[in-house]
Amino acid sequence: MNFDFSDDQKSLKDEARKFLTDKAGAKVTRTVLNDAAISYDKALWKSVAEMGWLGAAIPEEHGGLGLGRLELCVLAEELGRAVAPIPFSSTVYFFAEALMLAGSDAQKAAHLPKVASGETIGCFALSEGPGAPTAASIQAKFDGSTLNGVKIPVTDGDVAGWAVVVAKEGSGVSLVLVDLNQAGVTRETLKTLDPTRGHAKLEFKNAKAERLGAAGQGWELSEAVLDRAAVLLAFEQVGGSQACLEMATDYAKNRYAFSRQIGSFQAIKHKLADMYVAIEVARSNAYYGAWALSTEAAELPFAAAAARAAGSDAYYLCAKENIQTHGGMGFTWEVDCHLFYRRAKLLALQAGGPAAWKEKLVKRLEQRNAA
Amino acid sequence: MDFNDTAEEAKFRAEARAFLAANCAPKGSDKERLSRRLSTDEYVKAAKAYQKKKAEAGFAGITWAKEQGGRGLPPIYAVIFNQEEAKFDAPSQPFAIGLGMCVPTVIAFSDDATKDRYVAKALRGEEIWCQLFSEPGAGSDVAASKTKAVRDGDDWVINGQKVWTTGAHFCDFGIVLVRTNPDVEKHKGLTMFIVDMKAPGVEVRPIHQASGGREFNEVYFTDVRVPDKNRLGEPGMGWNVALVTLMNERLAVGGSTGPDYAEIFELARNMPGPTGQGTLAQDEAFRQKLADWIVKAEGYKLSKFRTMTALSRGQTPGPESSIGKVINANHLMDICNTAIESMDHYGIINDGELAPMEAAFHQGYMWAPGLRIAGGTDEILKNIIAERVLGLPQDVRVDKGVAFKDLPSGR
Ligand SMILES: Cc1cc2nc3c(=O)[nH]c(=O)nc-3n(C[C@H](O)[C@H](O)[C@H](O)COP(=O)(O)OP(=O)(O)OC[C@H]3O[C@@H](n4cnc5c(N)ncnc54)[C@H](O)[C@@H]3O)c2cc1C
Repeated sequence: MNFDFSDDQKSLKDEARKFLTDKAGAKVTRTVLNDAAISYDKALWKSVAEMGWLGAAIPEEHGGLGLGRLELCVLAEELGRAVAPIPFSSTVYFFAEALMLAGSDAQKAAHLPKVASGETIGCFALSEGPGAPTAASIQAKFDGSTLNGVKIPVTDGDVAGWAVVVAKEGSGVSLVLVDLNQAGVTRETLKTLDPTRGHAKLEFKNAKAERLGAAGQGWELSEAVLDRAAVLLAFEQVGGSQACLEMATDYAKNRYAFSRQIGSFQAIKHKLADMYVAIEVARSNAYYGAWALSTEAAELPFAAAAARAAGSDAYYLCAKENIQTHGGMGFTWEVDCHLFYRRAKLLALQAGGPAAWKEKLVKRLEQRNAA
Repeated sequence: MDFNDTAEEAKFRAEARAFLAANCAPKGSDKERLSRRLSTDEYVKAAKAYQKKKAEAGFAGITWAKEQGGRGLPPIYAVIFNQEEAKFDAPSQPFAIGLGMCVPTVIAFSDDATKDRYVAKALRGEEIWCQLFSEPGAGSDVAASKTKAVRDGDDWVINGQKVWTTGAHFCDFGIVLVRTNPDVEKHKGLTMFIVDMKAPGVEVRPIHQASGGREFNEVYFTDVRVPDKNRLGEPGMGWNVALVTLMNERLAVGGSTGPDYAEIFELARNMPGPTGQGTLAQDEAFRQKLADWIVKAEGYKLSKFRTMTALSRGQTPGPESSIGKVINANHLMDICNTAIESMDHYGIINDGELAPMEAAFHQGYMWAPGLRIAGGTDEILKNIIAERVLGLPQDVRVDKGVAFKDLPSGR
């Protein structure tokens, strides 16, 4: 058994961290946060594309680096750590994964090279209102060539050029591929909890669309896309959690109260120890998800749900206790704690909320036991 | 990343499985239920016989050096064996402390003659060891031990009392931490010895535990003579010796014992839900809890795989492994509590005949409080994580630079 990343993957991680420390980080994220007119950092997006990160897992024949999902996991952790304000997850974990999973050769050839080069920003449109979407709740309608309906919220829907949309087709559900820069699409930018990532309401009125994958297979495909994204998002969550723990630990060593470092108070120590334990649990589950994703193991649905549940819980815990450890400072706009607190919630909901994933996890345990 | 066994690992796993199938009853079998009713004497006898077979078949001391009678294999092989053994009703408990903590300490700190005398016999199950660290006034603060030893010619003479000593009532030897110099700081005046539990002056009094069992004991020492050659490490260096034992302890005790999510899930499928509608396994609130347990149990198991991977690359286990107990003890308590409560009135019954499945949850419920304490309490383990993993400052120390005899001590 070998349950760790390889040396090559670790050096990719080091390089990614170095790069992001230089070129990204809170300062860049704040630029996006403070300016309502922009929802991602263009310069960072360009550099990330140039380094090949967008195409890390895309096959070489489609313009990618043809590395693997493990490499993508490594990058995801670092992007999460840097609370990177770019539409990476929408484009890479959702849009590109959906294409690779269900796309025809022509669809792959048309879109994947543009994803890899950074020319196309993609998104995934599933939600249509409060509550966990189900196959039965989907209202958007595809008739074989046009799409009608409303999707809200769509992460990066404000800046994406293309979307994969989950829509009803006849009595079933299908995935459809839609050019968002056409007359039949209107977008309305949404205010959200985490303004460092753009969100939109997308409205389709007889928009031209084409099917992605087989008719009626959309719900299964959607679940499969979410599973893949869940593992990758779990790595962003682990990265963000780890950053919170490090911030809090650092602060606890340097802040004095009652003539002592606050980190010498056991209430603070135990808080940080609890964060550490939660991160280790999340990290191990994420690693298992990474393994399942990279080997296409039958365990993927189970592992993805576990990684997702652990990642969401750990990030919430770490983000809130990071603020608490920083005291009043932690509650100021100037200190970075809230960037993580915001992002923690975005990441926990972007692919469906924790309660829904916990339910999926149990259902998948049942299925596994029945098999 | 690769979860599959390598060819050698697969071969070893097959050997282990064959050995276990030939020598133990599978978990949940009728034979296992019978073996749960063994008296301590019968259980210890069965454990000794089993340990002997293990040694003969090469499954004892899997990671120990060949010179010590072990197999010199990387830790992953021990994990594989433990994984397989966990599926059987293997009577291995009485050897956990001795082979997991005491004898490795003996190997690390004694000369060849001493090793020749003790190690092989322990490995073959002929002699059982216990760990005599805790005292009535020194549990979490092990270095506050008061039991003292005074040099007398070639011997040391021990007087005092130890407590919570697991297995002392059936053990042959123990490692004991005693104070040999009260005039220096507390960590500097300790010395570790091998003690013969049958020596004159050693008195073992079993303690009736909250869980009902009698696995641990008080041990009284009255003018017990220990030859100097039984000393482990230099006089005054006992704390360093104890740290090696405690390091091994953390690795050894992390494992979960008792019912896990699989068992409560099994129970829940046949249990009515709290509203009377459907089964408990269909109840939403229960399912959310179950998901949390899955995540924790899998996360812990997988974290151990990561540790093993690090070990197999030649890294030493760090204090990181402290997370195991923090997770597992509370996890066990929570699962058992939920299982028992789910039975409503009926949850009161703790009778293997009337409620065969429930009995395991009662057992877990009663054992879990001990698990949160034994081998370091939750609080101490969190301190370890905070101080040694995260590098936070130590708790304020009032014992620095003060001779042991001048330290305040309460009850
Ligand atoms: C089932 C079982 C088996 C055992 N087997 C053995 C054995 O074989 N050999 C052996 O030597 N010992 C054994 N022990 C003893 C065990 O190691 C001690 O009980 C344990 O270390 C706690 O010490 P204590 O009982 O003295 O509690 P105390 O140290 O008195 O602790 C009481 C409470 O105070 C808290 N506390 C103490 N110090 C701190 C601190 N610095 N910060 C915050 N909180 C603190 C503790 O966490 C605990 O909640 C066993 C115990 C159990 C329950």
